Amino acid sequence: MMVFVGAAENILVKNPLVTAFAVVGTVTFVSYALSKYLTKGKLNGSSIAILFGLLMAYVGGRVTGGSKGISDIPVFAGIGLLGGSMMRDFTIVATAFGADFNELKRLGLAGLVSLILGVLFSFTIGAVFAWFGGYTSAEDITTIGAGAVTFVVGPITGATLGADSSVIALSIGIGVVKSIAVMVITPLVSKIIKIDKPREAIIFGGLLGTTSGTSAAMAAIDPALVPYAAMTATFYTGLGCLVCPSVLYFAVSAIV
Amino acid sequence: MNNSVRGVFDLVIYGVLLLSLCYFAGLFVGEVMGRLVGLDANVGGVGFAMLFLLLLCSYSETVKIALKNGRFCSGLTFWQNMYIPVVVAMSASQDVVKAVKSGWLAILCGITLTILSLCLIPLVSRISSSKGRSEEGYRE
Repeated sequence: MMVFVGAAENILVKNPLVTAFAVVGTVTFVSYALSKYLTKGKLNGSSIAILFGLLMAYVGGRVTGGSKGISDIPVFAGIGLLGGSMMRDFTIVATAFGADFNELKRLGLAGLVSLILGVLFSFTIGAVFAWFGGYTSAEDITTIGAGAVTFVVGPITGATLGADSSVIALSIGIGVVKSIAVMVITPLVSKIIKIDKPREAIIFGGLLGTTSGTSAAMAAIDPALVPYAAMTATFYTGLGCLVCPSVLYFAVSAIV
Repeated sequence: MNNSVRGVFDLVIYGVLLLSLCYFAGLFVGEVMGRLVGLDANVGGVGFAMLFLLLLCSYSETVKIALKNGRFCSGLTFWQNMYIPVVVAMSASQDVVKAVKSGWLAILCGITLTILSLCLIPLVSRISSSKGRSEEGYRE
């Protein structure tokens, strides 16, 4: 018996990417079946697959204590490769194939407005929470506000301003919660807030901005709208990195 | 005869090649922009890559001819269709434990923020579309 388990494990560990294809394929199949027969299509297959993914990530994190979810377990290392930023960005670019360029041009202004509004809004909410959480220095408040933009902007801002590592950790925490909340909540309410056209998708990308969160949410809502949401979301982190440690930090210092 | 109908770019890998060239061109622009503004981050590289791909597909005659070839297209559509599986794999490699353990402030802030931002979507959409409509009316 041990011979078989050992042999199987060895094969899986030696072929990480193929293992990832098999695992994700199986999860997708089960999710779509559950969607069809258990929820009668009300909760779509992609949403269920993403929820399964998050559950696996939780189990992986619990078992290993690592930060990369299920992919910290050696057998599942390939999932980290398949779901890493390289493949994510490459497939996002591929979704642009078939998108309507004229539509995008027409929505350019709405995208820009939502992008700026999104960064400012997220930062402000984060800063307000930081204030109520008992943080009073401009550095701490800015770092936490930046974490509310995305979990990449938080630590970059914190490092620039010389914030304490516990504050940086909190800012990353807020960003991670936001990204997962976007994945889970958006598909549930997408019918109510009507994310069903390129315009809403581009605004969604600009307001929420977290690349992992918005890409997962759009996959669950309508893959045809992915390029529009991604187009703005992809500039979000860059804009956040630009304004948080500079303009927004000065603004916070002036207020505090 | 058959060759001229299919064009020069009649292999799947050429579609993937176009995709990777756009990808790198975009990331390069993003990287350079990041450095120009003094950031150790890629500013919108993926967005530029998408723009390049869109522009080439809409305006380049060479690419347009290549796109008439099924094999060339499947090099692009395969990766497009791999988007959802990649996203599932991505969600499986998130730091969910950290999110759950990060304390009430982080959880409350992250969720409130998400809900409030989602509520803004119809608002921004209405404002921007009424503006667009009045502009169109002005042009007419």
